[in-house]
Amino acid sequence: MSTPTTTPGYAGSPPPSPDRPAAPADVLRIDGLHVQVGDLELLTDVDLTVRRGERVGLIGESGSGKSLTALSIMGLLPESLEARGSIAVTGVGGRHTQVVGAAERELAAMRGRDVTMVFQEPMTALNPTMRVGDQVAEVMRIHHTVPDRRAAGARAVELLDKVGLPDPAEAARAYPHQLSGGQRQRVVVAIALANDPALLICDEPTTALDVTVQALVLDLIVRGVEARDAGMLFITHDLAVVASVCERVLVMYGGRVVEAGPVHDVFTTPRHRYTRGLIGASDLDLTRPDGRLYTIQGSVPSAGRFPAGCVFRNRCIHATVECESVPPWEGPGPEDGFACFHPVVVRS
Amino acid sequence: MTLPGGLSRLATGLQPASSQRSRRGVSATIAIGGGIVAFIAIVGLLSLVWTPYDPGGIDPTSRLQLSSSAHWLGTDKFGRDVLSLLMAGSRTTLVVGIVAVGVAALIGVPLGIMSAMTTRWWGEAVMRANDLLLAFPALLLAIMLTAVHGQGVVTAMVAIGIASIPSFARVVRSGAIGVMKTEYVLAARAAGRRPLAIAFRHVLPNVTSLIIVQASVSFAIAVLAEAALSYLGLGAPPGTPSWGRMLQEGQELLFVAPRLEVFPGIAIALAVLGLNLLGDGLRDRFDPRLRDRR
Repeated sequence: MSTPTTTPGYAGSPPPSPDRPAAPADVLRIDGLHVQVGDLELLTDVDLTVRRGERVGLIGESGSGKSLTALSIMGLLPESLEARGSIAVTGVGGRHTQVVGAAERELAAMRGRDVTMVFQEPMTALNPTMRVGDQVAEVMRIHHTVPDRRAAGARAVELLDKVGLPDPAEAARAYPHQLSGGQRQRVVVAIALANDPALLICDEPTTALDVTVQALVLDLIVRGVEARDAGMLFITHDLAVVASVCERVLVMYGGRVVEAGPVHDVFTTPRHRYTRGLIGASDLDLTRPDGRLYTIQGSVPSAGRFPAGCVFRNRCIHATVECESVPPWEGPGPEDGFACFHPVVVRS
Repeated sequence: MTLPGGLSRLATGLQPASSQRSRRGVSATIAIGGGIVAFIAIVGLLSLVWTPYDPGGIDPTSRLQLSSSAHWLGTDKFGRDVLSLLMAGSRTTLVVGIVAVGVAALIGVPLGIMSAMTTRWWGEAVMRANDLLLAFPALLLAIMLTAVHGQGVVTAMVAIGIASIPSFARVVRSGAIGVMKTEYVLAARAAGRRPLAIAFRHVLPNVTSLIIVQASVSFAIAVLAEAALSYLGLGAPPGTPSWGRMLQEGQELLFVAPRLEVFPGIAIALAVLGLNLLGDGLRDRFDPRLRDRR
């Protein structure tokens, strides 16, 4: 496998590829991923590609399968869940890992090295009984990206400095409870970036933070990813964050990708009825004639309670008999398209 | 004899007030419990180098004396100094407690952590075997072991230790299950950590407080068990100073010299009280739900 050569200017503008050729720049390529527990299908036919230097958003309500997708990529699904399909990770130095069906040893080598994660809750993402610096150093020691303990400690302080902790040497000796939520999340980011991964998965990294801190941490993540020319998969239900951070976006509902496309297009001219509802509900300036905010009627069913056919049809006012069968994917490719029989008509 | 259950209930009743009073520092429960335990430990250590009389020194001329300036707590039927016996007996109590708790923790803690970390069948099997041991009377186990290996302090220690394994395994397992659900364990797995490293670096340090609390509670139970075994003649052999033995030897003179029962009884009760107070105090201190109640 050849090492992908990337040019510095590549990061901001990935070329559109309608047919998804197996470009060497793909750091993550998911094809037809199904995850099920028993007979219950939790993820259905998920296609997703992230290239080097590309930032892809994954949005949807709670329970739509976003986090499950992230865990699938890490190979961290609970043992009771069964995955089918293909999850190909091309990591640092072109190392290739097929996550589905991989041996635990192979996965352990990939996790924390090729693919790393930033978690939602900075209060619990750090071990309360370990010094912060040791936790940053640990991830480098596991993968031997530093020669020895001393170098790991020095590099940890350096990383803590880079993520903007005041007095990094002092912070490295602190325990998590001595840091604020924002500072802790900076430490989590430092851990995630420590080994210069090829892909960074962020699972709602700013949801638990104060609004004032959110922008700072986001900026930190984006700069860190750009500096390493890494790919990023950004999971959130905060559409504003996706709009400011990502280039492409996938909308998930009921364990399926219902719409995908460039961020600007999806947000300005959504096609799937669910996307439309999600954007309407997120726009707090937009009110109904009676002065109330737009909402999507009903709530996300629990797993296994989604209707057959179009998973959104029981909450969709446009649903017809036709929607009882699964709508086909319409669009130039998996990266741009939607699955809806009654899309929002674009008046040009 | 005092029951640990009753004592812990009594101590529980005292806790809310004491934990409210001292927010940051050491609570009154810990201070009193720790003080009693430390006192017994110091007496035990002191008895290694000094006791008023030789605890084994039989003196027929001074049998069954009452308290006097020469013998503060009097003498027993062999003319041995009761205070010296009590001091030396604390050593047996401490050693039996430490070894028994050590055995229980050394086996119970790994079992608990392992069964919490695995989703395979044997994790569940370990816990069912644990339940079986829990249901088995500890004293019966000790009698069985004594029948096989003969009377002795070592047999008693091992028997009490084995009987204490289930409580350690259970407490640690429940704590470890909680730790396994935290994001930092998920993060450690996402960082490529292998299970053994996660067990040692992430799970074990985060259940240490539970282990400490369980150790002090088990220690109290071990003190009682040792006394019971020695009283039955299954623990410390004749000649080894032990509080339980003193109770046994004084029993026939219960109506002639009741103090021979009272003094070791007080010593046992005090030790159990101290350990239970310490355990309850530590539990309050480590339990975030109680700690945050201000």
